[in-house]
Amino acid sequence: MKHDKEQRESYYRQLSRNMVATVILVSMTPMILVIVILLFQFKASYYEKTYAHLEELVQKHRQRIDGYLEERLANIQLLSASFDHEVLMDKSFLDSLLQRLKTAYGDVFVDLGVIDRTGHQQAYAGPYQLDNAMYDEANWFKSAINHPYYISDVFMGLRGSPHFIVAVRRFHNGKPWILRTTIDFKAFNNLVENLRIGETGFAFIVNKHGEFQTRPSSEIKIGTALDRILSHETNRFPEGVRVLAQKDPSGIPSIYVAAALKNGEWYLIFKQKQWDAFSDLTRTVHSAIAIFVVGSLAIIAMATVLSRRMVRRIRQADRQNETLNQQMIETGKLASVGELAAGIAHEINNPVAIMVEEAGWVGDLMEEITLAQNNDIDEIRRALKQISVQGQRCREITHKLLSFARKTDTTLKDVQINDLIREIIELSGQMAKYNKVTITTDLMAELPYVTISPSEMQQVMLNLINNAMDVMEKTGGNLHIATKMSKLEKDHIVITVEDDGPGIPEANLPLIFNPFFTTKPVGKGTGLGLSICYGIIEKMGGKIDVQSTVGKGTRFRIWVPYQKAEINEQADTKNKNL
Amino acid sequence: MSNLFILLVDDETSFIETMAKRLKKREFNVISATSGEDALNLMQKNRNLDVVLLDVKMPGMDGIETLKKMKSEFPLTEVIMLTGHGTIESAIEGMKGGAFDYLMKPCDIDQLVAKVDEAAKKKQEHADRMEKARLEKVMTTHGV
Repeated sequence: MKHDKEQRESYYRQLSRNMVATVILVSMTPMILVIVILLFQFKASYYEKTYAHLEELVQKHRQRIDGYLEERLANIQLLSASFDHEVLMDKSFLDSLLQRLKTAYGDVFVDLGVIDRTGHQQAYAGPYQLDNAMYDEANWFKSAINHPYYISDVFMGLRGSPHFIVAVRRFHNGKPWILRTTIDFKAFNNLVENLRIGETGFAFIVNKHGEFQTRPSSEIKIGTALDRILSHETNRFPEGVRVLAQKDPSGIPSIYVAAALKNGEWYLIFKQKQWDAFSDLTRTVHSAIAIFVVGSLAIIAMATVLSRRMVRRIRQADRQNETLNQQMIETGKLASVGELAAGIAHEINNPVAIMVEEAGWVGDLMEEITLAQNNDIDEIRRALKQISVQGQRCREITHKLLSFARKTDTTLKDVQINDLIREIIELSGQMAKYNKVTITTDLMAELPYVTISPSEMQQVMLNLINNAMDVMEKTGGNLHIATKMSKLEKDHIVITVEDDGPGIPEANLPLIFNPFFTTKPVGKGTGLGLSICYGIIEKMGGKIDVQSTVGKGTRFRIWVPYQKAEINEQADTKNKNL
Repeated sequence: MSNLFILLVDDETSFIETMAKRLKKREFNVISATSGEDALNLMQKNRNLDVVLLDVKMPGMDGIETLKKMKSEFPLTEVIMLTGHGTIESAIEGMKGGAFDYLMKPCDIDQLVAKVDEAAKKKQEHADRMEKARLEKVMTTHGV
């Protein structure tokens, strides 16, 4: 029994587990699939978009910087072409030119200088004292004197501050001379400094050798990224913009976007840390994870709660089913016992009838015979009479048995409760005598008819009476059955079954109508009697309750509804008319 | 009144035999049958039957069925149902089917005789009335 219960418990646990697992699997799988697929799609397109955006940005800046440099070059070219060597040698003219340039372009141009082929600065206009300075050793000069124009790298030079030079070579009387200008580093730097994105995105310019041409806002190392940019087949440059994703020297994955400037001499490099560049993506991933976690928790909670509820329902249904099965077995048993009894009663009835007839026949014959011994004749007559009387008694017994043990059917009939109770008491009379139980009744006369199944009501009454007799088995006692119109419930008859047995402990009182609850020893009670009673009474639309005091006794009350008064009145008038 | 002619129908031969003897002793003319079919055959041959005592529960054709056939073929003959217990409902059904009355087995002989007499009286009345009606009809048709 215990083992059985454990088995059932584990079955329910497993059922619950399976349900939870199924629900979680079924609801999580699509969620995970959707989230993962969408994230991947989103990531791919977001990468693409970000790269495209950065490429475009760098491309635009490249064009701007190149344009800026070209413009500066064009300015100087224009100057050198517009004025002769001699005119430019005039310092005051050079000053005025610088002044004009400054008014036209702002503080971009720092100074102007005319240099001959030996590197001697013949004329100079600007804030520094660089008249007659010698540039013959300067790298830029060596390049400038050999090219029609030249833009130098950023360097410190004679003045000791970062700057770069734009120089144009001209010929005067077959001898080359150079017009050069210094471009303000700050103005140039701003072009690049402005290119800032997010928290970590910034741009800088390096030359072919990896030397910075602009001043980065923070100390940075480019590390191997530069080598990869520089070593890259440059045929994508200068038009192309190259995107590179790799870890920076401090180990943080970063994006490098590089574009060639100045025909491949400089590179504009934009660097941003990946987490910053893809911060929107990261946010999306975070919210996806948050949604996933919350959703999963919700699903798990729901699955657990729902399946627990379901299993509870199933368990209830199972239990009810079991009760029902038991009830079916019980009624089935009753029905077959009834049929058996009916069969036996009928079989006995016929021989009894014959016996009585035979006795009657003997009696008939006796009428004509006159024997000497009158005493004997009287004795024979008495015996015959006795046979007849006992035959009648047999008839009564079989009659009772038959009328009670007919098939338990649920067909509704108009029943007079009092008659039904009397019938039951008569049946229980023998058992009551054995148990020394005295049954008393107080049945209210002229109760209305109730429409119920008589067999079911019989079952209820029998159960209650048998229970009472069982508890009073040893001691004996009184059983009182009463009927009356209910004062508490409108249109109800109340039947009270009261014993003065040992009573029911208070703790057991709420349990007694539960199926399988029994205080009888194992094998003696099914624990179904009262639960069946309860079921039957509920079905009738009635009510059953119990009051009990330990040591004093127990009282069951049953309320049975009856049809409205008008029907009874009709019946009454009908009776009167008859 | 001349001796009443009674048909006893029951599958229990011992019961029939004793009952027949007792009824004969009470100046009845008694014949008996042990099944519904038998009974109907006998009725065919003995048109002057007054009362039939018919058991409800019989193997083969049961009492109710037999009663219906009897009533349709010999409406004048009165039928008293004899019933064991548990077949009261069918006895009542029998009443609806035209039986004169029913008695519970085992039954008191005096009660039985009284019932038979009553039934015979009713049958006689019926017969008289019908005779009268026929006479009247004959007279009217003949214009008397």
